[in-house]
Amino acid sequence: MSKVSLSNEEIARYSRHLIMPEVGMEGQRRLKQGSVLLIGSGGLGSPLALYLAAAGVGHIGLVDFDVVDASNLQRQIVHGTSTVGMPKTESARRRLRDLNPHIEITVYETQITSANAFELMRGYDVIVDGTDNFPTRYLTNDASVLLGKPNVYGSIFRFEGQATVFAPQQGGPCYRCLYPEPPPPGLVPSCAEGGVLGVLPGVIGTIQATETIKLLTGIGEPLIGRLMLYDALGMRFRELKLRRNPNCPVCGENPSVTTLIDYEQFCGIAPEAPAIGGQYVITPLELADWLQRDDRPFLLDVRNPYEVAIASIPGTDKLIPIDQLPERIHELDSAREMVVYCRSGVRSGRAVELLKQAGFRKVKNLEGGVLRWSDDVDPTVAKY
Amino acid sequence: MITIHVRLFAAHRDIVGRAEMTVQQETGATVGAVWERLVAEYPSLGRYTGRLLYAVNQQFAEPGAVLQDGDEVAIIPPVSGGARRIEPGQVCNRFNPL
Ligand SMILES: [Zn+2]
Repeated sequence: MSKVSLSNEEIARYSRHLIMPEVGMEGQRRLKQGSVLLIGSGGLGSPLALYLAAAGVGHIGLVDFDVVDASNLQRQIVHGTSTVGMPKTESARRRLRDLNPHIEITVYETQITSANAFELMRGYDVIVDGTDNFPTRYLTNDASVLLGKPNVYGSIFRFEGQATVFAPQQGGPCYRCLYPEPPPPGLVPSCAEGGVLGVLPGVIGTIQATETIKLLTGIGEPLIGRLMLYDALGMRFRELKLRRNPNCPVCGENPSVTTLIDYEQFCGIAPEAPAIGGQYVITPLELADWLQRDDRPFLLDVRNPYEVAIASIPGTDKLIPIDQLPERIHELDSAREMVVYCRSGVRSGRAVELLKQAGFRKVKNLEGGVLRWSDDVDPTVAKY
Repeated sequence: MITIHVRLFAAHRDIVGRAEMTVQQETGATVGAVWERLVAEYPSLGRYTGRLLYAVNQQFAEPGAVLQDGDEVAIIPPVSGGARRIEPGQVCNRFNPL
């Protein structure tokens, strides 16, 4: 039996839980006695925090170092227009406090790191991974395994999402059983990758919240050893049966990871964007000037067609999305002066590297891409 | 020859241009052979080699698993999740697909 008791106010608030025998007074007391650490209070963390607070989870910890931005509000529903510019932890705390004054909320306005992960996680029963990057995913996984705590995992990509519960202590796999380590460094990320249907983290985050509540109350069949895949466009759920990897570097029989490591380095994070030699870059102002002259360069856009529909640089000669560049490099003339651009200059930097490797010498990356073109040359070009 | 139904996810759908496809393989072909065939056709997939989760008929499978006629192979790349975008000069994670 749980030690905590419920006040009459709490009994009234949670009555729709209490009248179900699967939850009942005992289940509700377990929720009140339970504690959950949410890593990230963004897309996944928003529905998680809201539903766990509403359900009466007694102690919710929120870790986030970010600030609310207007572009978050399309999906991060714990925040609001009135809290734009505020730390996400504080913005979320206000909303949760209003939603349920009976629970304890602890906020950590910090980035979870190898140095503080154990300290942050130790006091909580369940860890929930609502992060958006690989270093934090591997860190969250390893620290959860080493502390023997269940890690409720969710991940989103445009119209698709995944969720599972990693709990080697209960016989299931951990994240590293599936993906022992990230690929070697050498690839630069996309700025187009960040797209996501606003409601998608709502679906995945509420699956995570459901599993968290099941873990705390001990009811139902936990999503351990099963990966749920959700496809919003096809409106399909698929379930894959997973298994523990005996050779897993963290939860396997002979683990090689027995303490937390430097996850930024492990995941191949560069200290700064890859440097491209001076002769291979050009500023927006220089390009604007050059485009007016008779010897104007060939202007190549390596973004995706749907980005062109948002904004473009006038005078663009050709569009080849970066993903197609290796296969379509023969469409370009290496003898001609060329400037390559994308939204921010990251993908086009990668394109310049690819072109250099293919023997192109008269190729330059537009520094800062469309964003800086808008700032420095033509503010009528929309920033997105 | 055997017929294999391939299911693709996340960034792989962009590279290949669809979510599912059917391929003919030699009898006795493995999961890994299906992947190699896809990489040969779509070289941009190559950077995911060795960092994939495979499932045959919705069960976790090793690359060496031998396929039967009519099997469904799901190939799932790692997804970092979230919706963060990389800004100029920002520290970036090289694991993300191009
Ligand atoms: Zn493991």
